[in-house]
Amino acid sequence: MSHALTLITFVPIAGMVLILALPDSMKNASKWIAVAATIPQLLIAIHLYEYFDTTTSAVQFAEKVSWMPSYHISYFVGVDGISISMILLTALIMFISTFASFGINRAEKGYYAMLLMLDTGMMGVFVSLDFFLFYIFWEVMLLPMYFLIGIWGGPRREYAAIKFFLYTLLGSVLILLAMLGLYYYSATPTFDLTELAANSSHYSIGFQRIVWIALFIGFAIKIPAFPFHTWLPDAHVEAPTAISVILAGVLLKMGTYGILRVNFAVLPAATYQLAWLFLGVIGTINIVYGAMCAMAQTDYKKLIAYSSISHMGYVMLGMAAFTAAGINGAVLQMFNHGTITAMLFILVGVIYDRAHHREINGFGGLAQQMPIYTAITGFAFFAGMGLPGMSAFISEVLVLLGAWQTHPVMVVFGAATAILTAGYLLWTFQRIYLGPLNEKYKDFPDLSFREAFTLVPLGIIVLILGVYPHAILGLLNTSLVHLNQVVLSTSGAAVAMVR
Amino acid sequence: MDHPIAVTFIRLIVALPLAGAAINFIAGAWLQKAFGKRAISFLGCGVVIAAFILAVRAFIAMIAIPPENRFMLDDLWKWFDVGGLNLDIAFWLDPLSMVMTLIVTGVGGLIHIYSIGYMHDDDGYWRFFGWLNLFTFAMLVLVLGDNLWLMFVGWEGVGLCSFALIGFWYKVTANTTAGNKAFIVNRIGDLAFVIALYSLFAGLQSIGHATLVTREVARYAPELAGTALNFAGYQSAYPLVGFVTLLMFIGATGKSAQIPLYVWLPDAMAGPTPVSALIHAATMVTAGVYMVARLNFLFSMSPFTMGVIAVAGGLTALFAATIGVAQTDIKKVLAYSTVSQLGYMFAALGVGAYAAGVFHLMTHAFFKACLFLGAGSVIHAMGGEQDMRKMGGLRHKMPVTFVTFMAATLAISGVPPFAGFMSKDEIIWQAISHGHPVVWAMLLIGAGITVFYMFRQVYMTFFGEFRGTHEQEHHVHESPPSMAYVLIALGALSVVGGLVMIPEFIATFKPFEDFLDPVFSSEVTRRITEAGIHSHATEAAFGFVTFTVVVIGWLVADLMYRQQKLNPARFSQMFGGVPYEWVYNKYYVDEFYNRVIIQPYMFATRALAWFDSNIIDGVVNLAARIIVFLSWLSGLFDHYVVDGLVDFSANLTLDVGGRLRRLQTGSINGYLYGILAAVMLILLVRAVVRA
Repeated sequence: MSHALTLITFVPIAGMVLILALPDSMKNASKWIAVAATIPQLLIAIHLYEYFDTTTSAVQFAEKVSWMPSYHISYFVGVDGISISMILLTALIMFISTFASFGINRAEKGYYAMLLMLDTGMMGVFVSLDFFLFYIFWEVMLLPMYFLIGIWGGPRREYAAIKFFLYTLLGSVLILLAMLGLYYYSATPTFDLTELAANSSHYSIGFQRIVWIALFIGFAIKIPAFPFHTWLPDAHVEAPTAISVILAGVLLKMGTYGILRVNFAVLPAATYQLAWLFLGVIGTINIVYGAMCAMAQTDYKKLIAYSSISHMGYVMLGMAAFTAAGINGAVLQMFNHGTITAMLFILVGVIYDRAHHREINGFGGLAQQMPIYTAITGFAFFAGMGLPGMSAFISEVLVLLGAWQTHPVMVVFGAATAILTAGYLLWTFQRIYLGPLNEKYKDFPDLSFREAFTLVPLGIIVLILGVYPHAILGLLNTSLVHLNQVVLSTSGAAVAMVR
Repeated sequence: MDHPIAVTFIRLIVALPLAGAAINFIAGAWLQKAFGKRAISFLGCGVVIAAFILAVRAFIAMIAIPPENRFMLDDLWKWFDVGGLNLDIAFWLDPLSMVMTLIVTGVGGLIHIYSIGYMHDDDGYWRFFGWLNLFTFAMLVLVLGDNLWLMFVGWEGVGLCSFALIGFWYKVTANTTAGNKAFIVNRIGDLAFVIALYSLFAGLQSIGHATLVTREVARYAPELAGTALNFAGYQSAYPLVGFVTLLMFIGATGKSAQIPLYVWLPDAMAGPTPVSALIHAATMVTAGVYMVARLNFLFSMSPFTMGVIAVAGGLTALFAATIGVAQTDIKKVLAYSTVSQLGYMFAALGVGAYAAGVFHLMTHAFFKACLFLGAGSVIHAMGGEQDMRKMGGLRHKMPVTFVTFMAATLAISGVPPFAGFMSKDEIIWQAISHGHPVVWAMLLIGAGITVFYMFRQVYMTFFGEFRGTHEQEHHVHESPPSMAYVLIALGALSVVGGLVMIPEFIATFKPFEDFLDPVFSSEVTRRITEAGIHSHATEAAFGFVTFTVVVIGWLVADLMYRQQKLNPARFSQMFGGVPYEWVYNKYYVDEFYNRVIIQPYMFATRALAWFDSNIIDGVVNLAARIIVFLSWLSGLFDHYVVDGLVDFSANLTLDVGGRLRRLQTGSINGYLYGILAAVMLILLVRAVVRA
């Protein structure tokens, strides 16, 4: 299939146009158009998975068209091992979250149009290999997200939306400046990320470090890394369920993906010097701090949001390891966190839709009333704890195993957090689902078919990747090992430049 | 060891219980409704019994193979291959995993059958069997996994099932709290265990053998002898193997309820009694023992770790036994007894008597399962009552339960020729034989106390007058056949199960030890196991000492609780009652952990959450406010200065224009005069300038 990447990126835009063209009398059709737009996306993603060559770290399915020649900007998209799993994840999560959106009953046309625009933005970021194009998609994502939280969100939606918007905008500005810096000081002026990566030794180490830190902050806000994380709990609490699913499932990965795609590939020498602090130490802080803050939350959704912060810390720690196991574990963790956290946010949404509150201490004994819901929640909680046999176990083990050789102290903190994670999740599970049934909830219906339909596929993926993680690791390994080598190979050169 | 026999049936042993669990969880509720509980019983027990039959067939096949080739491998698929770590989903059977598989599916199968009667009135019948099946599966993965990570999958998997089954009656918050405690305490041990695996892998990688496949680790372990621990380039003087094995042992103290992580096991009694028998006596809690025995080639390399294990085991054996003395809950006594007996197993491993440790693991599985199920039978008959002070005289009403409970009591007490005698006596002897007099003394005293608390329990429960309510007395009955037959089977095993390894001073008959011999055949292990005293006369003498202590323990219990010639209260009041109070309150260990770890931690989490929403987010909001304030300032500037300037210039223009407008009178004369005046003015100026 030629132009697979262009199709996968812009199919949602076609859907968006259709939805906007709908007469108001047919606005109920908008959700089905949204579903119809995500299905081809998923099919193309499966096609990419099938035909992806796992033996090379080179760019595949590439399309390159000159766009603004005078500024050396081109429409350049392609896939390699760094991005393939994220494309799969995006297609999957978007498919799931359109179904998870069916509860939206206000201004549906606008909602689904925004959802599809967001989809294009995210997919575009993952396929772009031209920095300028990357940046445009990065900005395209921002606006629909702002409206999706700000219009369809909870009571404090405007505060949360503006906080999200300004915070991310700050990050965007830093990325923009870094991008322009890279462009003007490159060997031959270009925005082509593969070319920039090939000529990375051209940049002086001092320049690399400044640009690296600017990019890092820009991306770190998205992860979100401590101390830039406080927009996340607010955004999650106010966002509608499906938007939380997308936010945690895909958007957070933009940060770590960006660091791999730009910081690692284009600025390897600075990466080698700075990663231990910015990715290792901050990642470890994320892990422990997120878990401890989660323990103290009384809002169910906020608790899951903090657990996200904790779990994204493993991704950062794995990236700081500079070992094949560490970096593979990091990207696998990005994927696994996407599926598991998506489940968790859908599950929170299920109970919020029924009870209209999320106060953990206000529930109790739901297991008696909603056994299937409880069972799936238990499954997702144990997946979140990294129980062996489930996907997150493999990625966390790889991250910690990989980092053990370089950062043993951080690994001890990271591994010890498994205890804390078990603590807050089990305690939450007990308070919401176990014990005597709270009389107020004795007529709650169990999961609807639609709700189950959004959860079960994710659960199956979590199980499969627990016993056969090779299904994803096989895609990543070649590219990531190569990327890791690139960074490591600069170690000698970097030292020489410092002297 | 190097050439495994490729087979494909081991996957069936593992998959059968998994299938049982899957069907129960997916369709169990429906099956139970449509076909009754019988369908669930058939499914739940059937898969485990079928697995047991397969295991027996495997055992028969294995005996036919020469001992050095007894190693079968069932390789399923590639798990992952990243960063030099290449692991498969693969299961192996060697003599050690064979013994464990037989115990897990055999004793486990019996307990499944027992549950038919015990759980019959529970609505969650299908759920119970689902978890019991899943547990069996996880335990088999632990035992049969061919690499250490796969073993860890089972290791945590059994922890999950334990959690779920302890809190099986989830409507009572105390039960689920006990489940949480079990899972979290186990995770503390698991932390040590995973770090051990990370360092072991790093060490093996550094000598060029990146692997965690157990048989390969065994092959390359000797090469680690000189390797010191290396932390990210910082070379320590501490031997790597010592570090790894010590951490692994800490992992074992979690799963196998040893000091200091035993605290979860007594609480775990909140689960249904078959669960206590299967998970918290016969199988899961022995996982730590299995792990140490499995990795004997590593542990034997570190005399320090071995010493720690021996002392920790001995200490736990004694310490837990003393707590057992003061318990009044029929299951709590057995729980502390289990902790204590596991201590014996670890003591055996620590002194280097691996086979004796595994042997005690097996006999303990028989008699402790029998004891727990007997206790379950009593609880069942008493309508849920667990307080021994309200029992008494049950031997007439429950003869089968009584006889089997008695057989198991004699076994755990170490009365010859019952199963426990063969194994426990061997351990106590091996401790002194391998030169550990302190451990020996602890085990010996522990043995006396064991007899005391067991007979105390027997006398309080089955002898004397009935002390319960009238309804209870009326209700008491012998348990249904499905439970009674299981008790008989386990009682019989408690009697004869030890005959496969008889102390040397009596007879030379040790097929059990011979069978396990290939597992403990690494050079270092051989050196340790073969050390020690080999005099039959000495062994007999020490055996006599042990027996004397056993008799004393029984006598004291008999005088206190059957003949009632000694009043226990007199002892509990000794030294102002303080020692009794400490024992009764389990030495306040739970309270200590609560004060020192849990409460400070909970405080810290609240403090951090406050810090997060007030300080960090406060800074964010402050930054936002500052920007808003600055915008307001710039708004003022804009309004009054920038806009002011604009207005000013506009006003000025208007003003000037307004004034100038008056010049425009419209009269021609006026203009002419003006022009004339201007011309004259210019001429005048020129004249002045020229001059």
